[in-house]
Amino acid sequence: MTTPALDSTIRRQPTRRNVELLLLVFAWGIGLLGTLQVGWAIGREPDTGLWVTSGVVGLLALVTHLIVRFRAPYADPIMLPVATLLTILGLVMIYRIDVAAARRAELNGNPLPTPDVYSQLTWFTVAVILFCAVLILLRDHRVLQRYTYTLGLLGLVLLVLPLAPVIGTTVNGATLWIRIGGLSFQPAEMAKILLTIFFAGYLVEKRDSLALVRTKVLGLGLPRLKDLGPLVVAWLVSLGVLIFERDLGTSLLFFGLFVAMLYIATQRRSWLVIGGVLFLGGAVLAYYLFGHVRLRVMVWLDPWTYATDEGYQIVQSLFGLANGGILGAGIGQGFPNLVPFANTDFIVAALGEELGVTGLIALLLLYAILIERGLRTAISVRDPFGQLIAAGLSITLALQVFVIVGGVTRLIPLTGLTTPFLSYGGSSLIANWIIVALLLRISDRARRPAATTIAPDEALTQVVRRV
Amino acid sequence: MNRPIRRIGLVLGVLLIALIANVTIIQVVLAGDYRERPGNQRVLLEEYDRERGPILVGTNPVARSEETGNSLRFLRVYDNGQLYAPVTGFYSLIYGATGLERTENRVLTGKSPLFVVDRAEQLFAGREPRGGAVTTTINARAQRVAFSGLEGKRGAVVAIEPATGRILASVQSPSFDPNILSSHDPEAIREYYAALEADPAKPLLNRPIVALNPPGSTFKVVTAAAALASGRFTPDSVIPGPRSYNLPNSIKKIRNWNGQACGPDGLVTLREALAISCNTAFAWLGNELGDEALRTQAQAMGFDESFEIPLRASTSRFPEDPDEPQTAMSAIGQFDVRATALQMAMVAAAVGNNGRLMEPYLVQEVRGPDLAILKTTEPTEFAQSMTPLDAVQLTEMLVNVVDSGTGSNARIPGVKVAGKTGTAQTGNDNPAVAWFIAFAPAQSPEVAVAVVVEDAGAAEVSGNQLAAPIARDVMEAVLR
Repeated sequence: MTTPALDSTIRRQPTRRNVELLLLVFAWGIGLLGTLQVGWAIGREPDTGLWVTSGVVGLLALVTHLIVRFRAPYADPIMLPVATLLTILGLVMIYRIDVAAARRAELNGNPLPTPDVYSQLTWFTVAVILFCAVLILLRDHRVLQRYTYTLGLLGLVLLVLPLAPVIGTTVNGATLWIRIGGLSFQPAEMAKILLTIFFAGYLVEKRDSLALVRTKVLGLGLPRLKDLGPLVVAWLVSLGVLIFERDLGTSLLFFGLFVAMLYIATQRRSWLVIGGVLFLGGAVLAYYLFGHVRLRVMVWLDPWTYATDEGYQIVQSLFGLANGGILGAGIGQGFPNLVPFANTDFIVAALGEELGVTGLIALLLLYAILIERGLRTAISVRDPFGQLIAAGLSITLALQVFVIVGGVTRLIPLTGLTTPFLSYGGSSLIANWIIVALLLRISDRARRPAATTIAPDEALTQVVRRV
Repeated sequence: MNRPIRRIGLVLGVLLIALIANVTIIQVVLAGDYRERPGNQRVLLEEYDRERGPILVGTNPVARSEETGNSLRFLRVYDNGQLYAPVTGFYSLIYGATGLERTENRVLTGKSPLFVVDRAEQLFAGREPRGGAVTTTINARAQRVAFSGLEGKRGAVVAIEPATGRILASVQSPSFDPNILSSHDPEAIREYYAALEADPAKPLLNRPIVALNPPGSTFKVVTAAAALASGRFTPDSVIPGPRSYNLPNSIKKIRNWNGQACGPDGLVTLREALAISCNTAFAWLGNELGDEALRTQAQAMGFDESFEIPLRASTSRFPEDPDEPQTAMSAIGQFDVRATALQMAMVAAAVGNNGRLMEPYLVQEVRGPDLAILKTTEPTEFAQSMTPLDAVQLTEMLVNVVDSGTGSNARIPGVKVAGKTGTAQTGNDNPAVAWFIAFAPAQSPEVAVAVVVEDAGAAEVSGNQLAAPIARDVMEAVLR
């Protein structure tokens, strides 16, 4: 070991916090421009409400930056601005769809609907508070390993909570909401974080036995039968979510996440194959057992036949995308409100219509950057628990984006999932900001110069890892 | 654990590429297809949501958009709908658009590449898009006079400025009211459209440029031009013009309309033959020249060619491979010769413009939403269809037709008018088609006109009686 003084001079890492600040200002500017464009498109001069809203958003962005600057100074400088930009784009689009809904109500002589943008802004505020709370309270992500099973249990409870009497609520056929008082919440969003942490802790503990190979079939090492247990449990839970909550997307997300993390922890491809077989089996089973799954697939294969009923959403989404073309109709100049749920599940269709394929690809690349930075964090952090959490959270994000964007653009059958950061809805926004906080915490740990931080016990851990 | 993470990163990269490829296919490759699918309200809403630019005659809008205050924000209004219907066409929720409404749609909706600056401004300022304006070449007075001249008849009028090819009038009767077809009431639209479709007079047909009729004796202008071009004939050449002409290899005969020979001893000069519209002389001439020479001359004047003005006109036809009797019939504008009013106006314009035939066009200018001129149509030559010398001689012969021949009703005091009558049989018992083509002033014409009246009487005089007065009024309207 080198002496701390020498080490810090050689390995001093730039924190790049100023880059982050600059990118945040840029993200805020894009949001302001987008908001002004909505106003211009409908011929309304910017009013005080607009400036106040933009100011609040800027303030929130500044708060997140300051917290990171002081509590996680070595964290990745790109992730926070990207998440902020995505959230801001969501706010602009939700505002824009509010405007369209108001205009339609006005033309039809109906009472004006309540705008969603202000409640989304409130959720953003709550998300930022929780983001700060995580970074302040959680000084080291490894603390979480102690609560592996508690968090796992909590995650499972949250997952099945919508099935509970009184508070559980069914919306549009899917039982994934709970309603307490006037507030409704999608507990699955929180559950995905808790279960990722649980998977990480569990796999760190058990990965050696899970990696054991007993028999080889077709060149593929198969795990011991008794080690299949956790995978089968995850599979059953996923099927349970699908059957009892009728939530295809969440079910897909959890199972995919668990299989991917299992693979990362054990480096055994056999888990992927077994996972794939279980997934296909589950999918076929679901197809034959459940009418709503069958219907989704049929609509996916031929939406035009169902254009006026079950396929209406997806067909309108495709029409919207087509209307956008290469450069888009322009913000405020398309008809995104023709797609039902334009500001939640179908917000990507709305963005694709008004920003075109150009904007949509830019949006997908923003997600790609965020996920890539997450995976990079997973690779660079030294403890396996942190690696698994970072990788798991990034994969959750990636799968969720793929499943919902793929569904809305008819690449795969449509399953209801929120679009991370963009969709209107508090649970999703809060959960995703907590994910960002966790990733930044781990990234801070990964990028921090070793010499200045190594505590005696930590040095030991490192030695162990380098063997 | 880094290797599996990298591998998963790779897989996620593949998923990203799949998403990008998929949205690109939808938004770039399939977009056009999706836009045209039934049930896609966006295209319609978008069009009805923006202020569509006007179609102007002079500075006067003949088609314009009015704000309605309901969900289809703009209503298309035609102030003189019936009068300008062959020019503007209609703009319907159900049946799409026709006429300039269709061909100039990109200008009127503001989507033409001409508006790139304006569009850039909209993009950055997010301003509401507006459509550009289309100024037509139509002369309002000529259009109106032609319309009232055709009232109660079935027919069409086309007037052209010979030096440029500008279309000064394009009129049909019966016409239709584009206001009803362009309304927002689907039931009324369907009902009116069905009635128009069922009408045997076919009011939806764009008669001036689409309806094909045998040109009859007006085609003798083409035959005469071919005769002069051959170098074998001058206006003073004496040719046979007997009472009847035995068609070669046939027992059929062509007779003159009055059953008389065209001159003493059945001989007549080319000039006189044209003046009295001598069928036997021109049938003989047709066989002397041969179908090849006739076809070459006809094609130089626009036959066998389709014109987009930018509305698509029917192709006027000269028969492909006529035998000798058919050639003789074709030389007097019968058999399978078919022409639009536009085509015959072009024949007159070609002769009047020293043989130089200009491409006909209907759009004078394209203006931006701020009315700045973005594009002006430049006149272009279609063909030098005759030598200038031949054209001068033919003009003189056509002046003779009006001054002392069959076209007396086209005379305008103080102005030399060149013209030619025509009456064509369209079948055994079908009523004849009366024609008149003319240009004035003969030496340097400002207007060439073709009038066609279907359902006319059988006599050769009907061209002079029915069609010539309308042609005269239209020419006067332009000259005044």
